[in-house]
Amino acid sequence: MKIHNKVFGVYGSDVAAEQIASSKYVTAVTPEGLAKACMKDIDVMFHEKLNNGKIMVAAQNFGCNSSREWAPRALKFSGVELVIADSFARIFFRNAINIGFPIIECEDICQFCEEGDELDVDLSTGLIQNLTRKTEKKGTVLPDFLLDIMTVGGLLGKLKAEIEEKSSVAYAGESEGKPE
Amino acid sequence: MNITEKILAKAAGLDQAEPGQIIEVNVDAAFTVEKQGPLFFDEFRKMGLTIWDKEKAIILVDHGTPPSKIMDANLITDTIQFAKEYELPLYNSEGICHQIMPEKGYILPGFAYVGTDSHTTTYGALGAFSTGLGATEMAWVFNKGSIWMKVPSSILIQIDGELPKHVYGKDVALAVMALLGPDGASYKAIEYRGSSIRQLSMDSRFSLCNMAVEAGAKNGIIEADEKAIAYVKERSNREFQAVHSDPDAVYDKVYHIDGAKLAPMVAKPGGSQHSVPVDEAEGVPFTRALLGTCTNGRMEDFRIAREIIKGKKVSPDVRLQVIPGSRAIYKQCIEEGIVQDFLEAGAIWCNPQCGPCAGGHYGLLGKGEVCLSTSNRNMVGRMGDPTSEVYLTSPAVVAASVISGRITDPRKI
Repeated sequence: MKIHNKVFGVYGSDVAAEQIASSKYVTAVTPEGLAKACMKDIDVMFHEKLNNGKIMVAAQNFGCNSSREWAPRALKFSGVELVIADSFARIFFRNAINIGFPIIECEDICQFCEEGDELDVDLSTGLIQNLTRKTEKKGTVLPDFLLDIMTVGGLLGKLKAEIEEKSSVAYAGESEGKPE
Repeated sequence: MNITEKILAKAAGLDQAEPGQIIEVNVDAAFTVEKQGPLFFDEFRKMGLTIWDKEKAIILVDHGTPPSKIMDANLITDTIQFAKEYELPLYNSEGICHQIMPEKGYILPGFAYVGTDSHTTTYGALGAFSTGLGATEMAWVFNKGSIWMKVPSSILIQIDGELPKHVYGKDVALAVMALLGPDGASYKAIEYRGSSIRQLSMDSRFSLCNMAVEAGAKNGIIEADEKAIAYVKERSNREFQAVHSDPDAVYDKVYHIDGAKLAPMVAKPGGSQHSVPVDEAEGVPFTRALLGTCTNGRMEDFRIAREIIKGKKVSPDVRLQVIPGSRAIYKQCIEEGIVQDFLEAGAIWCNPQCGPCAGGHYGLLGKGEVCLSTSNRNMVGRMGDPTSEVYLTSPAVVAASVISGRITDPRKI
């Protein structure tokens, strides 16, 4: 899975899930509703900046505190294609993977790039190339099991694939004309 | 193995589990709430999925009820509809998930639990593994009764010594936050042990484990002792086996804290890691106060606060909002005359729910307002306007402080 785009914003540590999608601002749990509320307490220019690129960069503990899946959804529906952070809080990390929203951990990422830099990121190898600065860095590769979930569009994508597989097996069984 | 590894190994049908291992954990019960469930209900219906165990997939309406926003009203309707459609246990406006789950006897020592709320770490107080998940994976859990998990490594926090007067589970939690910081336990388990922990009431232990997630922890846990077992036996007749860490269990880090030296704590705005002993925050003026939430909305909390506030008046400059954790607690507070005493002091007494804690509704803070709260989070904008500020503390400090409208040490009252 590869992502090529520009960095639109570099954020600090401990950006909380509820600051990404705050209950105060969410008026509908629709893609539009979540996108509209996205990052309001952290960066009022968030949506404007997204015109300049689709890769978000942050320091440590990104998405901390709340378990709300609103947070990765809000980023996804705002048009963010990838978040690279020094580290992610665990529930945000799970939620992102489980909804098929690309993320990757990479130490000292905030020193490696700045707003406007063009990046080439390969999630399967962890290689992050800064095409503007002509430098590269290695992020943490997800275990295959998790990369799989992310690539099939999340946990429900995986569940769908499982169901389809089962029903096609059942169908194949029937078509062979077994007596029982 | 330590207690977390043992419970997870058993829940995954394995003899051993070690940190870093990815396993499929069978949960004993799981729940969702009206703010998160509707994110997966439609997909669940569309995909024609079924529920793995209709007695163990629990639905609650608790975060914003009765609703102040049309969005919340719609989420609540959808949630009730889903519970009816799939014939699931429904607790509609009866209390906060983290009070209802243990109170109704769903939580037993030695089992694993998940919920779509980050403070699901609360039930570690009963010697259970419990952690928060997102909505999409709850669809998976509701269908399969299991979920993938990485076995966490553990931090042991050993606290010994007699806790001084007016030091409760909340104060221990805030002291631990100051020690670990907002990601000091990221992806890890926190195990609490020692004579100070055994001294804590069950209500205080819930409060302590509730805040484990604030340090980024996957779960917070206390081995079930006679107090925990008595709590469970009053509420459930199911069989269970309390689990204990082996003497040679391995920990990432061990902290020793002298319980006798702890003081009532206050977390300054910007994160609970900014916790200090109350004397370092004394005199700070505030105009809003909140007593309740999943951290401190239990009987012990209201009894302590009542002892302090009875016969006194809340400062006319302060709006004190009191929110019991559940209907049962609310009723008990009426029976004990606690509600009466708070009303006479000038407080606003509300129905059980999460209230303004998560910035959803019902008591939000305006520009520059300062709130002294028993809740668990105080990052920028948590309860309202980004310029408002939240100080976190125990019910004793809230009760002692609302009289003057300035942060006050309850030991001096």
